[in-house]
Amino acid sequence: MAKKVPVQVTLNGEERAEFVESGATLLNALRGRFGDTSPKGGCHQGTCGACSVIIDGELKLSCLTLAEACDGAEIVTTAGLATNSAMHPLQRAFAEGFAAQCGFCTPGMIMAAKALLDQKPDPTREDVIEALSGNICRCTGYEPIIQAVLAAAAASPHKAA
Amino acid sequence: MIRLAKEYFADQRDDDLKQLGQAFHRSDVPGHVTGKTNYFADRSFPGMLHLKMVRSPHHHARIRSIDTSEAEKHPGVARVLTHKDVPHNVYTILILIQIGPEDEQVLAADKVRWKGEAVVAVLADSERAAQEAAAKVKVDYEVLPAVLDMEAALKPGAPIVNEYHGQNYYRYDSGACRKVRFGDVEKGFAEADHILEQTYRSSPIEQAPAETTGCIVVPEGNDRFTCYTNTQALFFSLDNTSIILQMPGHKLRFVGGTVGGGFGGKVDVTTEPIAILASKLTGRPVSFIYSREEEMQVSSPRAAETIVIKDGVMNDGRIVARYVKGYTDAGAYSRHSPYGAQKGAAHYPGPYTIENVWADTYCVYTNRTPSSAMRGFGVTIADFALEVQMDKLARLIGMDPLEFRFINAYRDGDMKAHRQPTEGAALIECMQEASKAANWPVAEKYLRMSSYKGG
Ligand code: FES
Ligand code: FES
Repeated sequence: MAKKVPVQVTLNGEERAEFVESGATLLNALRGRFGDTSPKGGCHQGTCGACSVIIDGELKLSCLTLAEACDGAEIVTTAGLATNSAMHPLQRAFAEGFAAQCGFCTPGMIMAAKALLDQKPDPTREDVIEALSGNICRCTGYEPIIQAVLAAAAASPHKAA
Repeated sequence: MIRLAKEYFADQRDDDLKQLGQAFHRSDVPGHVTGKTNYFADRSFPGMLHLKMVRSPHHHARIRSIDTSEAEKHPGVARVLTHKDVPHNVYTILILIQIGPEDEQVLAADKVRWKGEAVVAVLADSERAAQEAAAKVKVDYEVLPAVLDMEAALKPGAPIVNEYHGQNYYRYDSGACRKVRFGDVEKGFAEADHILEQTYRSSPIEQAPAETTGCIVVPEGNDRFTCYTNTQALFFSLDNTSIILQMPGHKLRFVGGTVGGGFGGKVDVTTEPIAILASKLTGRPVSFIYSREEEMQVSSPRAAETIVIKDGVMNDGRIVARYVKGYTDAGAYSRHSPYGAQKGAAHYPGPYTIENVWADTYCVYTNRTPSSAMRGFGVTIADFALEVQMDKLARLIGMDPLEFRFINAYRDGDMKAHRQPTEGAALIECMQEASKAANWPVAEKYLRMSSYKGG
């Protein structure tokens, strides 16, 4: 039996502690012990972006991150974006702009977009393309996704600030 | 931009379709954007085993022996499965609609016929243990000469790829190929002002869905099994599993629905039977999920095709004869390819009315990854070839390629080469709109044409 190690994180604002297998990826730990299946495993080798999460404010591929290395970290996933059942502006923009077909790439796309808007609330189209360049979508086509991110930025309340 | 062109065929409907032209939200989108949508792999069960497949490293080889003893001893391994464990090991998907013979092994017994074919299934407590144990399975192969393209497969004396067929092509009730015979092509060619023969080739194409193929099986404790799967063909999978495992259908409950991209790549029956068998033999939940590498290398792609088209055309733009030979590379096993090749035969005149047509389509076996469905398989590559051919024909007679298509477009009432009368044709109207949208003007007389005969 593989050795278990304790991992304590703030996951979507909530203090959580779990024992995970030593050597487990953050993706498998989140989807398994932590019970958050919003990050998806499309490749488990750092090429598709479906597993993207935000760790301490930075966009990361959870399939290439060791769970035990995240002890003490603050992690945000797509499952944590909606507040009091109200969707986050990005989620609304993706839903309204038909930016999610099968939906498998969507949580990763939204994380990449959030990481961008957190840094740059008023991005150019080129900024958006650059920010999404690590995320593969096989169904929707990238244009509606780019448009959704731009629409969310335009609708963002802290834009004026 | 979508425009509802209500002026066309206005006499064919009472304009009472309230939903058309309205934007509606899809019911599944809130789940997608909040991460709440449940894909099959978003479940885990206590005591779940992970299945890893030992696959053939050779295109074609005889199996001399399989030694699983070291793998069985590996820590965490619960069970190792070989062909001996599979009740009905040789199957074919389309047997459900009487398209045989059964020609494919669930787990290879005496031979492997493509690089990637499943040989031994290893089940362990963790993915890592399953992978490590799979590396300890010893298979002794005698490598055989492989056939890697259709031309080689059809040469006299070529090694036989699949003994269940006896020759390297599928034998239809019509013989070595599907045939369409309409009018008299020889007479058509004799009358034609020009004849153009071209060969078109395509490579296999991987569907590459974002979510890889797989399933999770849970034993319900009463000899019944629930299978959460991302198959695109739920009942094909259930019925084939029932045949392979010799289990009545009421013992199998398949839960599907949400698929993380399929594009045809998830219609084969590759994970469910073996995962359910593993669950039955161990009494534990089993997860069998393709790695990205398996998805790209092992899951069935769109078939490679070779298409030879010979057309006779008049200086006034009419195509008077079309002769086609189409070849579909099924890979080592039939799966859905006999059907795909057959679809091509009916399709080859394209959306054009041609009085003399001769089409032969072959489903060919090679030692390549079995191919299967992908977005319009059987006609998509055919259309590529046909439309490139149309452009070449137009150039040959010095005619505008769009006007050339108006001249040959099928219209309501025209008999198609496979003896289906044309109904509800809208090609002319689509081309009229396309001509405006693309700013590609055509002569006034083509804008006055209609798909209605006499129009
Ligand atoms: S699963 Fe992490 S990049 Fe694909
Ligand atoms: S919506 Fe299917 S992969 Fe992006």
